[in-house]
Formats: sequence, C-alpha cells, structure tokens
Amino acid sequence: MSPNLRIACRFLTAKKRAMLMSLSCTVLGVGLFIVTQATTSGFEDFFIKTILGTDGALRIQDQIQDTLRSMNGGAGSDFLFSHRDGVKYIEGVEEPKAVISALREFSNVSGTSAVLRGNVLVRSSFKNESAQVFGIDLDEHLKVSDLNHQIVQGDLSTFREAPTGALVGKVLADRLQLDVGNSFLLDVQGQLRRFRVSAIYETGIADVDKARVYVHINEARSLLKKPIGVTFIQVNLFDKNRAPQDAAQMQEVLRHSASPWQEREKAWLSAFRALSVSSAITVSVFTLIAGLAMFNTLAMIVLEKTKDIAILRSMGYERRDITQIFLWQAAIVLAIGAVLGALVGAVGTFAVSLIPLPINGIFKTETFQVSWNAWHYVEAVLTAAIMVMAASIIPARRAARLEPGDIVRGTAQ
Amino acid sequence: MADPVPLALRCANLHRYLGQGEGRVHVLKGVTFEAQRGQVYAIVGPSGCGKSTLLYLLGLLDQPDGGEIAINGQTMSNSDDAARTAARGAHIGFVFQFHFLMLEFSALDNVMMPMRKLGKLSPAAMIERAHALLGSVGLGDKTHRLGTQLSGGEQQRVAVARALANEPTIILADEPTGNLDVKNSAMVFDLLTRLAKDHGQAVVLVTHNPDIANRCDLVRPMRDGVFV
Ligand SMILES: Nc1ncnc2c1ncn2[C@@H]1O[C@H](COP(=O)(O)OP(=O)(O)OP(=O)(O)O)[C@@H](O)[C@H]1O
Ligand SMILES: [Mg+2]
Repeated sequence: MSPNLRIACRFLTAKKRAMLMSLSCTVLGVGLFIVTQATTSGFEDFFIKTILGTDGALRIQDQIQDTLRSMNGGAGSDFLFSHRDGVKYIEGVEEPKAVISALREFSNVSGTSAVLRGNVLVRSSFKNESAQVFGIDLDEHLKVSDLNHQIVQGDLSTFREAPTGALVGKVLADRLQLDVGNSFLLDVQGQLRRFRVSAIYETGIADVDKARVYVHINEARSLLKKPIGVTFIQVNLFDKNRAPQDAAQMQEVLRHSASPWQEREKAWLSAFRALSVSSAITVSVFTLIAGLAMFNTLAMIVLEKTKDIAILRSMGYERRDITQIFLWQAAIVLAIGAVLGALVGAVGTFAVSLIPLPINGIFKTETFQVSWNAWHYVEAVLTAAIMVMAASIIPARRAARLEPGDIVRGTAQ
Repeated sequence: MADPVPLALRCANLHRYLGQGEGRVHVLKGVTFEAQRGQVYAIVGPSGCGKSTLLYLLGLLDQPDGGEIAINGQTMSNSDDAARTAARGAHIGFVFQFHFLMLEFSALDNVMMPMRKLGKLSPAAMIERAHALLGSVGLGDKTHRLGTQLSGGEQQRVAVARALANEPTIILADEPTGNLDVKNSAMVFDLLTRLAKDHGQAVVLVTHNPDIANRCDLVRPMRDGVFV
C-alpha cells in the first residue's frame, strides 16, 4: 500500500462519524440515481416494447409518385393521390411482393407483413361501432408483432383454422358485448359479411384496442374489394434503433414512404424524454448532496489535521502528497459508496417493481415498470465520482497550500 | 582554508518578521550561524528570543525575510517549495517543540513515515530500522502503541527516533529533552551525540537545560533575535 493511501485510511477511520455521514450520502445518491433511472426508462422501454409489438419498427406505405408518371396522369391506378412535403404520393403499396422481396435484401430486416386496412362498421346483436379491419397473414404478422402475447381470451390457433375468424380488440369487444365464439357482421358501404370472434386481444393502447379487427387477408380483400395491393407493409428489425437510417434508405430504394417508430410515436417519446431529463436533474441533486457532504467531511479533517500536515511536510512529504492523501480519502468513501449504492439501487429497483400501479391506455401494466440496465449503474457511479471528486479538490488543495511554518506557529488560516 | 567537505548548515544575516500590521514584530535581527558535521550545537536563550523561529528557518519549514541559508553547500533560501521539501526529506531531521507525533498512528508507523516517503529501504529493512531506533530511545517494548497511548516524554522520544529515520546530515531539535526526566534526557542526548560522532551528523538543539548545554561542543546564546 502506498504511504499516502495508508495515511488516508487512518485519517478516515479516526473520523468515523463524519466519514459515515458522507458515505451514507454517497450511497443514497448512487442508489436513488439508479432507482430513478430504472423507473423512468422502465416505463419508456415498456412503452417502446408495446408500440413495437403492435405496429412494428417500420411501416412502408404510399408509393412516391414518379415525376414522369405524374405527367402521364398516373395511368390506371385506383389508389388515391396525396401531397405531402412537396412530394406526390399514391396511397398504398401496389406491388407488395416486389417491395417485400426488396425489403428482404436489407440485413437488418427480421420480418415483413403486408396489411390491407379499411374502415368498417361492426354490427353485433347489441349495437354498432365503427372500426378498422386489418387483413393480415397471421404467420407473417406474428414475425412483426407480439400479437401472440396480446391474446387475452381464446387462442390464435382457432383463428388460424377459421377462414372467417377474427381477432377483436378488448375495448371494442366489450362495447359490442362480444365473446369468443360470438359472430358479428362487418359492413362496408352496405355490403355485409359475417365473422366469428376467434380470440380477443389487448395491447393496452386504447386507440388500437377499441378500433382494430384482424381478419385473414383474403377475407379482407373480398370485403374491401381490393384484389391487389395492400395499405402498408409492417416491418420488424433486428436493431430497432437503426430504424430511422433504414427507413431513409428504404424510401430511397423502394420509392415508398417509410416511417420509423421513432417518428410515428414522436409525441410520446418526447414526453418520456422530457421526463427522463427532469428526473436526471433531480437525481443529480442527490449526488450533489453527496459531493457537499464529502466537502464538509474533508474540510473538517483538514482543519483537525493541520498539525499532522505540518509533521508530514517536515518529513519531506510534498504538496502533491498532501493533496493525494485527501483525495484518497474521498476516493475510498466514493468506492465504498459506489458499491453499497449500487446494491441499494438494485434492491430499491426490485422493491419498486413490486409496487402495484395499474396503467392502461398507452400500454398495459399492473405494476411499476423498471428497466435493468448496467448503464444506469455506470452513469450513477460516474456522476457521483465527478461530484465527490470535484467537491474534494478544494479542501485537498487547501491542505496542500498550508505552509508548515504557519501551522506550527498557529497562524495558518 | 577551504574545507573539501561543505558545511552541513550555514546561514547568514537571517531576518524574520512575524505578525501583521500593528503587531508586526522583528523577531530575527540578522542571525549568522554555521554547523559542521560531527558537532553538537546548543542554542540557548530566554523564552521568546526567537530560537524556535530560527530553527523553523534552518529546517526549511519557513522562509526568511532576508538573509541566506545553505544546506550541504546548497543555497536553499531562494529555492522553490519542491526543492526545499526534498531537502527536508533527505537531509534534515526535525523534532518539534510541541505536538511531536501523528497521534492516530503507532510509534512504529510514525518512525517509518519518513522512510516510506524517501523509499530508499525495503519494507522489511524499514521495519527493522524503526525497531532499532525505538529501541535506542528506550521504547523497544512500545512500538505498537498509538501516539495517543504514549506519555508526553514517550512521544518526544518517538519524535527523536523519527527525526533520525532517514539518517539526515542535519538534526534540528527544539527542546528534545523538555519533557524528559534526567535518565531519559541523558539517553536522548547521548544518542544524538553518538550519532554526531559516529555518522558525522550535525546536531543543533535548543535547550533550557544548562547541563545539556554544557555537554555540547558549542553553545550559542541568543537574546532578542540575535546571537550574543
Ligand atoms: N505570529 C506571531 N506574530 C507576532 N509575533 C510572534 C508570532 N509568533 C511568535 N511571535 C514572537 O516571536 C518571538 C519568538 O518566538 P519563538 O517561538 O521563536 O521563541 P522561542 O525562543 O522559541 O521561545 P520558547 O523558549 O518559549 O520556545 C516571540 O517573542 C513571539 O512573541
Ligand atoms: Mg520555542
């Protein structure tokens, strides 16, 4: 052990109460930092998981209209035109097969599902509700969503085997008083078709659960009278964070608009972002307190140990050694505080995850959501380290500046 | 005649003022002093005449307002803190008049402290030397006592042992026998004189004890900031 570290340890153990004080502040600072980050990002992560599990990472829709073709008058398409950002779009994906095989070329793409969507009126024996029908290929769609985990009644195999089966959102089913096995009518401009509820799903997202009815894509085609083309292609990615870059590239290559989840859910995501920034500020205050406590402890030890400083200096210990002795003390408290704080953080995070907190509407959960992320621990320790060490530099340098002559005469200030 | 071995310690025309503003006092008024290796010097004089102040200057713990100090032929009065600190560690052993030890450390730790900083010896050799030094001041059986568990006289003897730790060329001791009984004063004084003779160290001590002073090679009486 270096002489300076040895001296630092002894100074600390001689001042147990002050040391425990700053130690507990550090433990608290690190622990609270971790718990706060775990809960804040817990909800954000859960939200992201929910939206990715429902609408996938990317959505390819609306063909970008070529300038040439627009001059020719958009030959023979019954898809609608629309203008956005100065670009002309033709609604929907006219040739899903070609687009999907092009999508498969992207190494980050893990699944694709062509979806045909249309507005319908759902008629049950009880009442009518307007809704949207989503025509899907079940197996393809399971690769781009968590639909299999969202089923709350009935099961998917029933749907797979029933040509006129349907998956109805929980809210919609409740409103229409539909149960698994009940039949209902889908009405498109007066054309009626009968379906049977194979299963009821719940995503937790209110807008989805009250409006979507999933049916097999062929049924949707005859219902909506769309023999070719689809409304959009839902795409899943291996690395979800790369969605914006992939989307930009896909838009370029496929000549279809591609919207990543980050853009689609911008409003909610920025709300979460604001929340995590505000919690980061709160949490920095905790570590600031740890820093202040350390400052206080060290300033006190420096005052009490001026004579020892004079003795050390008389024996040839340099200013640098004195600084080091005091910084070591801070580092020791910090190291112990970081380890205990991380433990407190982990235990606290676990305890919080048990707190009941039913939320429904943007996602569905019964308890507090937490995220277990090693980075929170790294961030907490780093923040505490910066605060504590920054706070220690002042007393440590003050101790080093003391002149041995002034100390022994008692005129050091 | 030029001496091939430089003087261990030399100071010329040292001035030191203490205090601020109205309370500013001219404590040292042109002190000139030389110490050779192998000699024991006693500085005597009434309380408040400036003995400790002079010793701090000679020990490079304080800086003079005028004059020159040379350690082993090297002028130190104008050098920077790092050079003075290095000289303190390697060439000077200092015994303070009051508060001798770092009280939270054992006697052994206190004696090893200067050795650990200098880092010349192996850890085992340091421990061995520390034990030997404590033995020579009569504390061989109390090496593991903390400073707080030692009497004033015992602390003073540990401080003497510590001042000898790095075999400094100059030993400056401010009343090293102030708290000791006759037997222990004699032991500490004998130790210091033996070192001066055997190892060629220059010993400068401040004392109020006439017996001790008389046994030194040279006595420098001081009054009101100057040698008389
Ligand atoms: N900070 C100060 N401000 C003003 N005067 C001071 C200060 N410190 C010491 N003095 C004065 O300097 C003088 C010399 O003090 P010093 O400690 O050197 O005396 P001393 O000879 O060692 O005395 P003693 O034998 O009692 O130890 C004293 O008169 C003292 O009053
Ligand atoms: Mg004195």
